[in-house]
Amino acid sequence: MALRMWASSTANALKLSSAASKTHFSPALFSLSRCFSSVLEGLKYASSHEWVKHEGAVATVGITDHAQDHLGEVVFVDLPEPGGQVSQGGGFGAVESVKATSDVLAPISGEIIEVNTKLSETPGLVNSSPYEDGWMIKIKPADPSELGKLLGPKEYTKFCEEEESH
Amino acid sequence: MGTFLEARKVGLPLMNLVRFKGLPILQQLHLEEELFRTSKENWCIVNDGTNDPTIVMGVSGKPAELLEIKPVLHDEIPVVRRFTGGGTVIVDQGTIFVTFICNQDAVPGLQPYPRPIMSWSSLIYDQWLRHQLTPVIDYVFGDRKFGGNAQSITKRRWLHHTSFLWDYEVRNMSYLKLPKRAPEYRLARQHSEFIWCLKDYLSRLTFIERTVNALGTHFSLKSVDSEANRDSSAVKFVPSTRLLTRQELEEAMSAADSKNSLAESISPY
Repeated sequence: MALRMWASSTANALKLSSAASKTHFSPALFSLSRCFSSVLEGLKYASSHEWVKHEGAVATVGITDHAQDHLGEVVFVDLPEPGGQVSQGGGFGAVESVKATSDVLAPISGEIIEVNTKLSETPGLVNSSPYEDGWMIKIKPADPSELGKLLGPKEYTKFCEEEESH
Repeated sequence: MGTFLEARKVGLPLMNLVRFKGLPILQQLHLEEELFRTSKENWCIVNDGTNDPTIVMGVSGKPAELLEIKPVLHDEIPVVRRFTGGGTVIVDQGTIFVTFICNQDAVPGLQPYPRPIMSWSSLIYDQWLRHQLTPVIDYVFGDRKFGGNAQSITKRRWLHHTSFLWDYEVRNMSYLKLPKRAPEYRLARQHSEFIWCLKDYLSRLTFIERTVNALGTHFSLKSVDSEANRDSSAVKFVPSTRLLTRQELEEAMSAADSKNSLAESISPY
């Protein structure tokens, strides 16, 4: 029970501090979840808190608002070089925040065709703009059917709420 | 009473306990990284001191920003870049290391993020050591730091390691610069005014035994032969933790000197 209180109180503290920084989000674009973090329509989500935007032959990947909120200030992003392959659920990079490195996992398999080089100088974009300027890699999907295994916005929102309630 | 305690331990998750004395920090970190990435079990590693003074930087550490490279090169102090986040420390035989490597489900309800993991890990020490946890996750007495830690998190596992200052050599602190990114409570203090030694409080053995006992209230501990683990670490796993080369340090120093010279040459003052 004590453990839940700490995890819960820590999560609540993070929610309160992150709420103040959300003024730049446009309500017209975002569906706000009850778990305080933003979840975008039109994206697919992994249970490891990465998002993917599939547009034809290219899929863009980043971490969600929920993830960046819980990780804290991102001070370093470790990304691979273009040309490599990623597998669904496999690690492709890591972020450093609050003295921790956290793996970032690929929501789908494919070839890395582009990497967001802005993140090396401005890692905070992952916090301030997780779905836009904070994107991490672009993939040429190997098997678009893998998207079917991911969560939609409503499912992901529910997943976050369940995670918070534990 | 003995039966009650044994029965209570039955419900606890298993954790392997490995104890070293004087294991080189690079070997310790290689072992940790391998167990974190390839094992499916829970582990606690305790290393009572490391053999030679060694500088250990976090994953994103930049030598030119964090180290006085010239004396480091002159005195041939090894510099390691580890796989976890966080800052730079210089460790030696006065450092006691304690590392927890856990599966996600080892601690029910624990969210896989830095602050919840740190809060839980602090519990282990909080059970017997009256310390505080600063907002930036250092172990302090008052405003003086006696332990620093760092973490690595993946989907189903997390690692939390701490270096405790049982004692330290004042002269070794001169190899480290005052970090740019420092916690507020540090207030730009030099190392000697910022850190605090545990040796004035308790013995090394007492510290380790009390830590292990506290851990034993959360896990069913199984002692594992440290020699067996040393042998098994020489396998195919390739760790990212590594020793920086002399060339890398020299290049970092040259680049920093060039940058400083350029800044001075264009300065109007």
